[in-house]
Amino acid sequence: MKHPELTLKGPGATRLPMQRRQSGLKRKRGMRAAGMAAALLGGCITINAPEDAIVIELNINIRQEVIYRLAEDAGNTIEENADIF
Amino acid sequence: MIYNSIRRFALGLAVTALAAGGLAGAAYAQRDPAYAAARSSGEVGEKMDGYLGIIGAQKPDLKRLVNDINIKRRAVYAQKAQAASATLEEYALTAGCLTIARTVPGEKYQAPDGTWQTRTAAPPLRDSRCPA
Repeated sequence: MKHPELTLKGPGATRLPMQRRQSGLKRKRGMRAAGMAAALLGGCITINAPEDAIVIELNINIRQEVIYRLAEDAGNTIEENADIF
Repeated sequence: MIYNSIRRFALGLAVTALAAGGLAGAAYAQRDPAYAAARSSGEVGEKMDGYLGIIGAQKPDLKRLVNDINIKRRAVYAQKAQAASATLEEYALTAGCLTIARTVPGEKYQAPDGTWQTRTAAPPLRDSRCPA
């Protein structure tokens, strides 16, 4: 007579290396390595703030042909609203 | 019947005349004296972005005047830009090209490097993209 429960309980006869519990020392070493990697990365990511105003960068995206297209209309607008120009 | 149609015609005429008068009034509206004075004294100048800027001390009444005009300009730019299928910034920058070109000697304007310049008889220093 075989009881199926007996074979189901407990881990299998062979365990994969990654399933095995690591010793305390090994785990500590792994953590220290991760910490060093983070520190190294932290040292790499130093970004200096841009000195130029962002507004000017936006204006650079405006193309000359757009300005030429709008020039006549804008000229009329300025004349129609002479009190605020 | 006839009297009614005559009355309607007269009313229509009056409305048309009023509308025309209103348009003409808007077209010929001139600068507020305080604004005109601030321009000619060089306290305010035309910026590249199409708005007014204050040169020197930020006096409260001057700040209010400039903010008031800039808000009105922004509203006009927004409306016209939408009609022309352009962005507010594009339209404002175009207007900036033109307002700087229209400054008269003695008035202040912002050069492409961001510095304030006094307009002389020579053409102003403008963004390379500005139309001639």
